[in-house]
Amino acid sequence: MKAEGKRNIWREYQKEIACDHFYYQRSCIRQNFFPASEKTFLKILRDELGKDIYDDPLHTTCTGIGYHTDVVPFDTIQAVVARHFALMTEAGYKNMAISCVTSFGIYSEITETWKEFPEELEKVRKSLKKAIGKEFEVPANIAHASDIIYKFKGEIAEKQQFELINKQTGKPLKIVEHIGCHYSKMFPSKGVGGAEFPHVLSGMIEEWGGEVVDYPERRHCCGFGFRQYMVQSNRGYSLSNSKKKFESMEPYMPDAIVANCPGCNMFLDKWQYTLAEMQGKTYGQNGKGIPVLTYEELAGLVLGYNPWDLGLQMHQIDCEPLLDKMKVPYNPEDKYLGANKKYIGRPEVAACLA
Amino acid sequence: MGKFGFSVMETRTVNFGELDNRLLGYVLENEASFLTCISCGGCTATCSAGNLIDFNVRKINLFLRRCDIESLAREIDKCMLCGKCTLVCPRDINIRNVVMLIKKGIVKFRNE
Amino acid sequence: MGKSIVTIGGGIAGIEASGILAELGYAVSVIEKEPDFGGKLKNWDHLFPNMRKAEEIEDYLSRKGKTPGITLFPNTTIASFENIKSGFVLKSNHGVSYSAHAVIVATGFEVFSAERKEEYGYKIYDNVITSADLEKRLKSGTPLTTLAGKTPQRIAFIHCVGSRDAKVGNTYCSKVCCVTGVKQAIEVNKLLPATQIFNFYMDLRMHGLEHEEIYKTAQEKHNIQFIRGRLSEVSENIDHSLLIKAEDTLSGRPLKMNVDLVVLLVGMEPGVGTTAIGKACNIEFNQYGYLKIPDVHLAGNLTSRKGIFVAGSCSCPMSVKDTIEHARSAAFEVHRYLIEN
Repeated sequence: MKAEGKRNIWREYQKEIACDHFYYQRSCIRQNFFPASEKTFLKILRDELGKDIYDDPLHTTCTGIGYHTDVVPFDTIQAVVARHFALMTEAGYKNMAISCVTSFGIYSEITETWKEFPEELEKVRKSLKKAIGKEFEVPANIAHASDIIYKFKGEIAEKQQFELINKQTGKPLKIVEHIGCHYSKMFPSKGVGGAEFPHVLSGMIEEWGGEVVDYPERRHCCGFGFRQYMVQSNRGYSLSNSKKKFESMEPYMPDAIVANCPGCNMFLDKWQYTLAEMQGKTYGQNGKGIPVLTYEELAGLVLGYNPWDLGLQMHQIDCEPLLDKMKVPYNPEDKYLGANKKYIGRPEVAACLA
Repeated sequence: MGKFGFSVMETRTVNFGELDNRLLGYVLENEASFLTCISCGGCTATCSAGNLIDFNVRKINLFLRRCDIESLAREIDKCMLCGKCTLVCPRDINIRNVVMLIKKGIVKFRNE
Repeated sequence: MGKSIVTIGGGIAGIEASGILAELGYAVSVIEKEPDFGGKLKNWDHLFPNMRKAEEIEDYLSRKGKTPGITLFPNTTIASFENIKSGFVLKSNHGVSYSAHAVIVATGFEVFSAERKEEYGYKIYDNVITSADLEKRLKSGTPLTTLAGKTPQRIAFIHCVGSRDAKVGNTYCSKVCCVTGVKQAIEVNKLLPATQIFNFYMDLRMHGLEHEEIYKTAQEKHNIQFIRGRLSEVSENIDHSLLIKAEDTLSGRPLKMNVDLVVLLVGMEPGVGTTAIGKACNIEFNQYGYLKIPDVHLAGNLTSRKGIFVAGSCSCPMSVKDTIEHARSAAFEVHRYLIEN
């Protein structure tokens, strides 16, 4: 592997990411499965980096899931996106920070459509005005939330409490990075580092002391695919693609996986449980699974946040082996206690993982 | 009927003159880029579905050109429209649009 | 006769055309941006179709370059180009003026930059090389190994890299890569008889008397295996071998294979020199960025401007043999033009 070759490609794919004053667009899935990740993102931006970011209670789903499963037509999703732009405009913001990779893909697809077909933009402007009396500006900058963390990875490193280093061996942690398809496979120029060798997550990992695992199926999709998992009988596609990735990364003995897409995070975590149940097979070290983190969780660990405040107890695969390697302190008894110290329940553990 | 122990055999020959090429015409008219397919198989190599099930996106071209609508209808249903084939195609064919047109065309000509 | 000619480019075409014109009595100045002459020929080991050493042609050209009447100007580029009544005045980067009754553009081609096919991992994975790299390695005579020094057990040659590919903007066939791939496969088999060799192709364009014979020899005598399928991607395994994916189109199934070395058969592209000179001389380009010839059958050496001629692969992809023939016809066209004018 030649690092110089990758750096040459990364130079080709540098995107403009706004510095401050963001309008935050949340994700449907992440608010349910990784609720603390978005909270952590806001905390990092506001408290660590001193940025202004507006978390608007008025915005809704982008309807991307419906769009990609053919339930929501293009005209409808355009109107929903236009409404979000109108909310952003009303709130006095120009830069979008998008939590979900599919939403990011949707916003990119629609704004690109408007560039190619200005008549669509005019149509949407008219419909939105007619329906709810709102007008909007197209954002000056659209960034995925991971782009913003990437941009400020150096500032985060300056405040770093824990390095991505295995304190037991002194070696960098081996971390698999996985980007969502809708992040840069649709528009390579809209992702940091492009689609083939994306840099958005690998940049963070390297900056914070870890080592990126480059395994053969690194580029392969996690298998999520709205058309796959929505229909129960099709979920085998989803599972089999994840399995292909786990098998390919297993020989490298990764310490963790980090992803920037709601679906990838969810399925790379939960399919490990499913595969353990179905086939009695695990892919991590010591017969365990491989912990799967969001980039906010990773940044939070690096900054020394309490793992349970980061929501790591919501994961199907236990993160404690990773915390132990990093020597991050945690209280095991607090793991399944909510804000009011009330027991919140625990994920089921596969027989072979127990 | 007499029992001869053998039978009249039907020809397997593709008879170009008798093919119903309405669907082919419809697809090519609406997605002219498909004219340029060279059957290189880049699409099938990268296909999300074809890696796991018996689905060959390259053969869509063949079935369409041989007007084998039955095989085509069976094959096209396995596509998940992820678009990876379109990304790798060296002829820059909008394969996803071809699939959509075939789906539309099959219904259209079945009813005609 | 006393008429003078400037040839821009001192590769195969430039030297060959200039040598003939010097023999006919013209004063020819050959402008070459590199310190030495012969173009890319010095990088090639053996030439198809007869596997002759490229050095033989180099020696021939070096003798040709010494023809009385030729003056060679290495390390020289053209800074300006001007029309005058009797022809042209060209100024070099060294401030030297050359007046010419006719100009031959022989700026050649560039090898496709394989890193632009990002999914093939050239310059990223240790053991992905191009056909041009392999040619240099064969010529150097060092043992053909992986970067770690291991003898490759399996090698894949990938056809049509940077050619016939709308995604990189080159829709044309580069014409020489098919035969180069099969030639190199044979050469590697001779060096490493125990190594399995696969050629992944879309169409094999082994035209003419000799090329088809090379193909047949590769099958008969060298056990080269041909798989009809275009590569979708290359990735690296933990042992630095490479995982390649294609469709085995004849069996209709996706195929993956671990190989120790991948050789990308890179195509030809018009060079930056061709683009710059074409613009400076104000002559037209074709849709692919090569210099445009006005009539493919009857005026293969003319350009859109009178008195400016084209020789070699700055007009389209050409083999060494085609280039020499094209240069000879360029010399003839220039001679005819100078007699008539």
